[in-house]
Amino acid sequence: MEIFDEKQLKAKKRTKYILITISALFLIFMLVLPLISVIVNSLREGIAFYFEALSTQYVTSALVVTLIATLFAVGVNTFFGIVASWVLTRFEFKGKNVLSTLIDIPFSISPVIAGLAFIMTFGRLGWASPIIEWINETLGTDIQIVFAIPGVVLATIFVTFPFVSREIVPVLNTVGHDEEEAAALMGAGGFKIFRKITFPHIKWALLYGVILCTARALGEFGAVHALSKARGKTFTLPLEIDALYMSGSADSITASFAVSSLLVFIAVIVLVFRNVFEYRTKNKSKKVKSGE
Amino acid sequence: MADTKRIKHAKQVRVIPGFGLTLGITIAMLSLLIIIPLASVLLYSFQLNPSEFWKLITAQNVINAFKASIICALIAALINSVFGLILAWVLVKYEFPGKRLLDGLIELPFALPTAVAGITLSKMYSNTGFPGSFFSSIGIDISYTHIGIVIALIFIGIPFTVRAVQPVLEKLDGQYEEAAYILGASRTKTFFKVIFPELFPSLLTGFGLALARGIGEYGSVIYISGNSAKNGTQVVSYVIMQKLERMDYASATAIALVLLIISFLLLFAVNIIQIRRSRRISVR
Repeated sequence: MEIFDEKQLKAKKRTKYILITISALFLIFMLVLPLISVIVNSLREGIAFYFEALSTQYVTSALVVTLIATLFAVGVNTFFGIVASWVLTRFEFKGKNVLSTLIDIPFSISPVIAGLAFIMTFGRLGWASPIIEWINETLGTDIQIVFAIPGVVLATIFVTFPFVSREIVPVLNTVGHDEEEAAALMGAGGFKIFRKITFPHIKWALLYGVILCTARALGEFGAVHALSKARGKTFTLPLEIDALYMSGSADSITASFAVSSLLVFIAVIVLVFRNVFEYRTKNKSKKVKSGE
Repeated sequence: MADTKRIKHAKQVRVIPGFGLTLGITIAMLSLLIIIPLASVLLYSFQLNPSEFWKLITAQNVINAFKASIICALIAALINSVFGLILAWVLVKYEFPGKRLLDGLIELPFALPTAVAGITLSKMYSNTGFPGSFFSSIGIDISYTHIGIVIALIFIGIPFTVRAVQPVLEKLDGQYEEAAYILGASRTKTFFKVIFPELFPSLLTGFGLALARGIGEYGSVIYISGNSAKNGTQVVSYVIMQKLERMDYASATAIALVLLIISFLLLFAVNIIQIRRSRRISVR
């Protein structure tokens, strides 16, 4: 018996084209057009203006601050991501679900709250501010957290906290832990097991997590906005974009799009990499399924 | 004596080494970087007395901000559920040229900084940009209105719904579909009676995540919304930031606490859906 007759096949094809068209239109209007718009707006005053806008003192300072914050965020969160995904996938324990939910907190809360949280901890009213003062007095240092680089770093770490672990956990869950168990029974130490068995499984997921974390850290706005007030000193690139855009003159708006275009290029690189990564893992799982 | 017994038992269960160390590091870092700072917000807001707290969070502009954030995020999450379902369907069920490009683009809102998305959308949908000039010529203003907020939240939320539905759709067995069809159900009926119920929990998860993200969203919204108190286009995150800039820490933490509670409830709901779903799958 034929499952679909000709009329139904035709209807099926029609649905297919309608749905593909809707999807393509949605993505073009919602996602592609904004990308093009950034580039067009950034070149409004010509190439010379574009490069001039990128080389002002404010922008170079913002670039340095952004890179410092990103470096710390990626370092801390990569370490955390590896450790946390190990504990979440290799062991069964009470409260595992709670722990994994807590790690995901930064995903679903407003970045502004992240900024506020550090102000309420280290700021003038914060309970930790006397501790910082005491350290400064006894050691003769001048450590400042809020409205200084450390605050920017902490806020960036906060908002990108789950990025690496989120990429590794599903991979480790799929792989299972039989291999590690076997290795442990044969007497391999924890670090050796990680290096020889776990790491080869997760290296692509880890790399993708790191890249995603980098992209988010470079572009974080809300949390840093609450904690950074000095343009040219503690501003990051997104804050500089905001300052240029809000100053309102046509020139500075074009300049703000020029700075934005830098971050757009990074976003596109991340997407390309994601595609390559996804393609690799899919091929790999197909191979496993077909028994190669 | 009893202790050594327990330790021995634990060791038998956990063959792989490093449990104590990795759990310790995980909890320590989580506490220092996330939990303690958030707890400071709680600590400070508990110092306010209840009537004062109530007065702060029921101020007219705060209520308006919550209304704007919640309603716009709800509408955007609903729209994203519809388009998310269509996009996931197209990406899983059909083959066509440019599919990988389409698939890759979905993640753009995760990779693009929110401030960049914000200024671009604001410019595009203002009455001098494209397609904003078209809409304003037919009498619809988008930038600096609630529609603008919804547009920004659709942009920011679309990956959540697509990525929630896509894997479930991939795993969905074609044989139920065929069976329903052979038994005489129409294609529409098959979709709504057989496929949709299977997808519903994941769609709800995506909806919840997009909603949670939308209610707290800051960077992509504040340019297109115009932040006018008169038109009620200030979102909650903007109001918190405004209070912070005026050093009104009492208001800022009170509003933040309410926003935190909403986010936690949503996160909790999403987790329950996911746990229930994974149980259902394991029963099968």
